[in-house]
Amino acid sequence: MKIPIIIDGRLVQVDQGTMIISAAKNAGIFIPTLCYHEALKPYGSCRLCIVEVIQNKQRRLVTSCNFPAEAGMEVFTDTTRVREIRKKIIELLLARCSEVPIVQTLAKRTGIETSGFKKRETKECILCGLCVRFCEEVVGVSAIGLSNRGTEREVSTPFKAPSDICIGCGSCTYICPTGCIEMVPDEKTPGMHSMKMGSPSLEPCPNDYKCEACDIEQQFVEEMKGAIIQFRSKFRKATEL
Amino acid sequence: MERIRNISDLERIREQILKKRESEKIVLRTCISTGCRAQKSLKVVSALGSAIEEQGLQDTVKIRKTGCHGFCEMGPIMVVEPENIFYRKVRPEDVNEIISQLTEGGIVERLLWKDPVTKEHITSERELPIYKRQKKKVTYRSGRIDPADIEDYIAANGYSALGKALTFMSPAEVIGTVIASGLRGRGGGGFPAGVKWKMCSEAPSDIRYIIANGDEGDPGAFMDRSLMEGDPHSIIEGMIIGAYAIGARQGFIYVREEYPIAIEHLSIAIRQAEEYGILGNNILGSGCEFNIKIHRGAGAFVCGEETALIISIEGRSGTPRSRPPYPAIEGLWGKPTVINNVETFANIPLIISKGAEAYASVGTERSKGTKVFSLVGKVMNTGLIEVEMGTTLREIIFDIGGGIRKCKLFKAVQTGGPSGGCIPITKIDMPVDYDSLREAGAIMGSGGMIVMDGTSCMVDVARYFINFLMYESCGKCVPCREGLKQMHHILENICEGHGEEDDIKTLIELGQFMMTSSLCGLGSTAPNPVLSTIRHFRSEYESHIYDKKCFAGVCKNLFEYVIDAELCNGCALCRLKCPEGAISGKKKKPHSIDSSKCIKCGICFNSCKQEAILVR
Repeated sequence: MKIPIIIDGRLVQVDQGTMIISAAKNAGIFIPTLCYHEALKPYGSCRLCIVEVIQNKQRRLVTSCNFPAEAGMEVFTDTTRVREIRKKIIELLLARCSEVPIVQTLAKRTGIETSGFKKRETKECILCGLCVRFCEEVVGVSAIGLSNRGTEREVSTPFKAPSDICIGCGSCTYICPTGCIEMVPDEKTPGMHSMKMGSPSLEPCPNDYKCEACDIEQQFVEEMKGAIIQFRSKFRKATEL
Repeated sequence: MERIRNISDLERIREQILKKRESEKIVLRTCISTGCRAQKSLKVVSALGSAIEEQGLQDTVKIRKTGCHGFCEMGPIMVVEPENIFYRKVRPEDVNEIISQLTEGGIVERLLWKDPVTKEHITSERELPIYKRQKKKVTYRSGRIDPADIEDYIAANGYSALGKALTFMSPAEVIGTVIASGLRGRGGGGFPAGVKWKMCSEAPSDIRYIIANGDEGDPGAFMDRSLMEGDPHSIIEGMIIGAYAIGARQGFIYVREEYPIAIEHLSIAIRQAEEYGILGNNILGSGCEFNIKIHRGAGAFVCGEETALIISIEGRSGTPRSRPPYPAIEGLWGKPTVINNVETFANIPLIISKGAEAYASVGTERSKGTKVFSLVGKVMNTGLIEVEMGTTLREIIFDIGGGIRKCKLFKAVQTGGPSGGCIPITKIDMPVDYDSLREAGAIMGSGGMIVMDGTSCMVDVARYFINFLMYESCGKCVPCREGLKQMHHILENICEGHGEEDDIKTLIELGQFMMTSSLCGLGSTAPNPVLSTIRHFRSEYESHIYDKKCFAGVCKNLFEYVIDAELCNGCALCRLKCPEGAISGKKKKPHSIDSSKCIKCGICFNSCKQEAILVR
């Protein structure tokens, strides 16, 4: 069933339950976003797609990626409030990862030359979570996840150990908007690939344990790996029973 | 023990228990909750046990190991019933004296509480100023019953509200009563509990869940812990009534792993309730089925947020998701779920047994009932208090709390934990309820109340809470994760004396941006500590930034200790205590501080009896 909504003064007919962002996209209206992808469930983490909505005479700010359109709703994608918020988000992202092309492009598009906040670090990952969600929802593998909390949050494999469930499909590399995940040939298995994330590397030792200086760490990692494999096989047995 | 099959069974068992207890002439209510246990109350209990046995008083004297009494600062606490004698700071060595006085009907005077102003000893628990002005309803049983004994709870009229609801009321009537009572969620948001129940019961589904949120993470707050430790059955009773109202068959209590005693007492309570037929199939003959599981949280502050808590129970890492859909429509495993704070559930039996009108007669127009607060900080009497909604801050801090320590000036009170705000002295006559707190830029939160005096720097307070939130933010959305980090950097700079002219403006703009654009409640309330301190204590920020001065004497780069030559009597205490040898002076002559050597540890400031050391 089609329902009518108004986006930026234009009457649009959309299916019931369509998210505002795709309704706008179909109508040719651009809403910036970093964490939304049609193939994935809405996540709502970058907050860039915030729009103003008037519903039941109430005016409020919502994220268009996870807010379904309802009949009679009026949407404004480019008001002063919305622009202010987007500007702040991009400024904050610039302070985190000023070198990332997609952030720079967005900044240019929004008319920001320099961030109002002090540049604190140069990270490559914007933590949009696309790779993690793609690996889980589409590939169905969940080889990577988001570990730690708050400012320490990062994309990694469990315990940062080399993944033994990654199938080397390269989806994460493909979907990453910043290009911080690389696909490199796997030295151990010819013809296969493994994923490498800029810095820090998803591999525990970039020298592939060839350096003799740190055999303690190497032993620890090996033990850790052993423990994880043991735990997994035990867990599998338990679930089979 | 036998299973309770219906409401008349329950009454019969209650009478049996009461009859069995008639022989107990004297009851020693001893607190074994966390606060008192830290002061070795378990040793007191075992000493009491052996002393009673030695004197052969087992038949007449009974030790009751209770939950929190409320006056935690004075632990271990013991109250002798029926005389209602209140003993504080009881040590195992005092036990023999107490027992020998019991038989003679005497009182151990040195263990009584002494009024610091009138120097008078107060014998009765009821007469203590900290208790006198309180309205103990939810916490009434905590401190009176043994939380590990269901018989105590039943004897104290427990589970009669459940009997009433299951036998005489329909689910719709229960929801109607809760709505009419005006009960608002005690976890902080203040959403009407009955409305939430109604939404959930109307959501189309055959499976529904009910969750009690006991994930209390605010620094300085221990209301939920004390309730779970001291009266776990009241939470369980409230949950069963809620489950009956919405049609849930499975419930969860989410407790932090850091609360081992709460987990222990809740587990015992659930097991006993199952044994008595109060949990399980066909509860009290109503045909209702309900079970409760305890889910232990790994100690993430953000898991107190309802959507994060649900995700955590599902077994994933606790990060909030956008609402709508609200958990009442789509919650745990996609099913309609009611999630309330443990204190909200503890209010339910009161509403059902006394009726909505009686409950709503207490409180203000829009905030009904009572609220439990943990009163901490620079007040004389710290502990757990329960007051009527609408009680003024003055009554709480001065009548119940006994005023500020060392007769200093009250400066501000921080309510609502890290997401709350600071309320200044000018608002001391403000009634405490959901709406007036929000107006003042703070929130009710789960009920933490930290009282501050002139030695607290408000910029430093804001920095402390923002630092806490920065580490506890889940990091999912940009405004909260990056915004808090920037805010923390700015505040850190101000406290170190590198504040810049635009900082206040930047903080306000950033705060307002975070409030409107964050994903969950944590992010949207996170700027409160900063915004409320800027609103009420702007001059302090300005003196930090422009004058580079911290007059509270907290930010080390921004003040100096000096000795007032007129007040100094040359006692040399400061000179002897100074670890750096920065103080010089002759005996009985005014001393002075060499600021180049001073490390601003504050030892001299705190030790001077003449208060001659000033912050400048």
